[in-house]
Amino acid sequence: MNWLTNFVRPKVRSLVAPKEIPDNLWVKCSSCGNMIFHRELEQNSMVCSHCGYHMRLSAKKRLDMLFDYGEYKRIELPQVKHDPIKFKDLKRYSDRLKDYRKKTKEDDAIIVAHGTLGGMPVVMAAFNFGFMGGSMGVAVGEGIVAASELAVLQEAPLIIVSSSGGARMQEGILSLMQMARTTLAVNKVKEKGLPYISVLTDPTTGGVTASFAMLGDVAIAEPECIIGFAGARVIEQTIRQTLPEGFQRAEYLLEHGMVDMVVPRKELRQTLSRVIGLLCNAKPAGDLIPLDSGKKTKADDK
Amino acid sequence: MNFLDFEKTIAELESKIEGLRYMEEADGINIADEISRLQNKVNKQISSIYNKLSPWQRTQVARHSDRPHCLDYINKLIEDFTPLAGDRCFGEDRAIIGGLGRFEGRSVVVIGQEKGNDTKTRLEHNFGMAKPEGYRKAIRLMEMADKFNLPVLSFVDTAGAYPGIEAEARGQAEAIAKSIETCLKIKVPLICTIIGEGGSGGAIAIATANTVLMMEHSIYSVISPEGCASILWRSADETKTAANALKITSNDLLSLKIIDEIIPEPLGGAHRDHAAAIANAGKVISKHLDELLVLEPDAIHAHRQEKFLKMTRKDTLDG
Ligand SMILES: [Zn+2]
Repeated sequence: MNWLTNFVRPKVRSLVAPKEIPDNLWVKCSSCGNMIFHRELEQNSMVCSHCGYHMRLSAKKRLDMLFDYGEYKRIELPQVKHDPIKFKDLKRYSDRLKDYRKKTKEDDAIIVAHGTLGGMPVVMAAFNFGFMGGSMGVAVGEGIVAASELAVLQEAPLIIVSSSGGARMQEGILSLMQMARTTLAVNKVKEKGLPYISVLTDPTTGGVTASFAMLGDVAIAEPECIIGFAGARVIEQTIRQTLPEGFQRAEYLLEHGMVDMVVPRKELRQTLSRVIGLLCNAKPAGDLIPLDSGKKTKADDK
Repeated sequence: MNFLDFEKTIAELESKIEGLRYMEEADGINIADEISRLQNKVNKQISSIYNKLSPWQRTQVARHSDRPHCLDYINKLIEDFTPLAGDRCFGEDRAIIGGLGRFEGRSVVVIGQEKGNDTKTRLEHNFGMAKPEGYRKAIRLMEMADKFNLPVLSFVDTAGAYPGIEAEARGQAEAIAKSIETCLKIKVPLICTIIGEGGSGGAIAIATANTVLMMEHSIYSVISPEGCASILWRSADETKTAANALKITSNDLLSLKIIDEIIPEPLGGAHRDHAAAIANAGKVISKHLDELLVLEPDAIHAHRQEKFLKMTRKDTLDG
């Protein structure tokens, strides 16, 4: 049984969501402190032109940037039980969800879409760190399951772009179970001989790292992003030592053999296209589709 | 016996009984009668306290230092236990015990976290907090079980995977992810029993099983109540509130359909009667193992996959 039969065919949602325009036309780089004009920043894929700092991207921006011409079809994710354990800390979880939905105009912390990359059909899932720190609860778990099942159905490679603080505490044990469920899901893709590429972006930690994000056939990290299991503060408190320079950064993981490569955002699209093309022994796509990522997309024109 | 803060009345009565045992027959009081009267009172007291333990109290019981640990279960339930060491890559992590043995006459592979019982053994086992080597040893043993068609029995008792520089450097996250993956891949029965603390990723790494059982007073959680309180309430004073909110008790997990069965503990918890608690576990594990052993390898594999696929879905939770 496939979820597609249970939950409507993948519906094409509007490609044109309201554009993300910063309140201020000038954005301050949180790394070097320089002010950057927003248009310049957007054209540079939200990478600081002064110091190369990679700012976090919303899921939508990420997909706009990676799919050919910024065109893709989002799929509707299966309905999940909201606030399954009736959680309340300083605020009700159900209220928190409402607030984040209003703020991000998304249902939860993941978007799943399909389209082409370098001319090849791919399924992509991207995390929204802005939605409760990209935390993984049942909805995100279902998103990964749906993305994996769609990849199997379409016989397409799967790309998951992670940006998450880990499991969503407000869903208690149900969020822990998503580690097993997402691992199961990406394995269905791998077992079919289809590529599963894990793209790790700032930050990828906790239960997300300790499940599907570390299981890619190929693991690609963005420069300087934090990747790890335990949080730095927890480690410091446990061992009472200061952490080494660059600890849990992408380059540290590369050095320790935990990721295949660290790729600047500007080269991510080309790299993904090349890696998938090589894995599938497909014809080089370079001549067919222009691969520069900072260009105007069709969606922008509408 | 170490008493917990909410066991004060029990402790007082038991020390009275203890005192009476050393008293000479005097003043015409029948000491034996008095002891049995007090013993009755203690039992009533214990049952009234243990029948309504709060989630935080259960957490304390689950972590009780006198509670039977992994090696106690192995010693009582497994014959010919033959420990196997090492991940063939970096080292031997004694936070995770693993090996071959016989459960009710049948060869099995056993994997479990051991917390230790005193300072020396706690250090030896790193308080049950495994490093990547521990999970990689678990992976190796699960693969061995698969190759030789031996069921796997896992015992979970950990505050979580060890948070340290070296552990991160050697790929703690990858080791846990691979361990979950291996749990899902093998075609032999995998039965997990949470005997004390089921702490987050470090627990699920060996708990992605066909059958997940919980000792009555054990807990299983995405984060410790202390950790949750400090992050979401920004206050250690809210640990009890967090324990309540997180839904971590065996009853909670059974009703959320995360676990398959609760193993009853003797009156006053497993720490009051190791033999009875472990015997109960043996019976329940045996029943579930028999059910799984009639299935073909592919069916055992599919059973585990379908179970986790359905888990936490709306219709599963509501149904
Ligand atoms: Zn900068």
